[in-house]
Amino acid sequence: MPRSGKTAENCCYYFDMHVTINGERRELPAGNTVSQLVELLGLKGRAVAVEVNKQLVPKKQHEGKEISEGDVIEVVSLVGGG
Amino acid sequence: MSNTPTPLDAPLTIASRTLTSRLIVGTGKYADYDTMQKALDASGAQVVTVAVRRERLVDKEGRSLLDYLDLSRYTILPNTAGCFTAEDAVRVARLGREILEQLDNPGQDWVKLEVLGDKKTLLPDPVGTLEACRQLVKDGFKVLCYSSDDPIAAQRLRDAGAASVMPAGSPIGSGQGVLNPNNIRLILELLKGKEHGGDPSFPVIVDAGVGTASDVTIAMELGADGVLLNTGIAHAKDAVKMAHAMRHGLEAGRLAYLSGRIPKRLYATASSPWSGVISYIPGE
Repeated sequence: MPRSGKTAENCCYYFDMHVTINGERRELPAGNTVSQLVELLGLKGRAVAVEVNKQLVPKKQHEGKEISEGDVIEVVSLVGGG
Repeated sequence: MSNTPTPLDAPLTIASRTLTSRLIVGTGKYADYDTMQKALDASGAQVVTVAVRRERLVDKEGRSLLDYLDLSRYTILPNTAGCFTAEDAVRVARLGREILEQLDNPGQDWVKLEVLGDKKTLLPDPVGTLEACRQLVKDGFKVLCYSSDDPIAAQRLRDAGAASVMPAGSPIGSGQGVLNPNNIRLILELLKGKEHGGDPSFPVIVDAGVGTASDVTIAMELGADGVLLNTGIAHAKDAVKMAHAMRHGLEAGRLAYLSGRIPKRLYATASSPWSGVISYIPGE
């Protein structure tokens, strides 16, 4: 995910929203849904779960759930554990 | 063992799922996924635990745990490891369920609940654990509940609706084995003994602290329904061989428990008959 407001493809494209994803502050274009964010993070099709502001967003709701300024988002998957 | 299924033991039922293996193993801390896969296979386990963690957004090596777990073979039991509050544990349990639902794995409503009280000992916080257990039961989870070996704490968790109570033999990953067998005995009596209003089919699983095969055997000889372990296999010099050892240790302990051991005595009792010994003088 690009960190800067300017990319090679789009010289004048500005991010206008700040969110926290997995503890890191990030900039996002406004109007993204959870499902677009998952795609943006390169996780489409992967077994992940998403929480927005401590509330689980079930996969069925990813399409319809819009991300807002200041949202705190967690994107998790399964790892080895005991 | 022989090729025909052994009638020596009945299967274990947890939350209406029937398991022929009484060993539950973790998937953490292996040298690599290949070793993990072989060790899981050698352990004979049907249920394996996993953790729920933030997706690493920066470095993607592309390989993930799920690529190495046969989901048609294993029931995945997500844990809430690393949580220090009931609130966090409930969130993690819900996140884990959300992932397992996508995988269509039978473990999707199961959770291994851990609410820890302290980073150094990793001992459970009994109050947070009870609080989270109640909430998760209300949410429809089958809660397999990590607990201290305190018999009353175990009773409270059972009363709160836990599908299984899993007392620690000793601190997680410490390899000290079952430190207080009498507490495990009391838990088994209180939760499973009819004379205490217990249910003989209620599963009590010794979780944590197992260092070697004899630790598993001891837990099973006490009458535990199963053993959950991770580090004892994953950090052994030869993890795959140790997984075999743990499986055999479990079977030995279970069958010894079912067989009913002889009582301990101070004095010897001869195994060979006295009568007919060549130096024996009748009447002496």
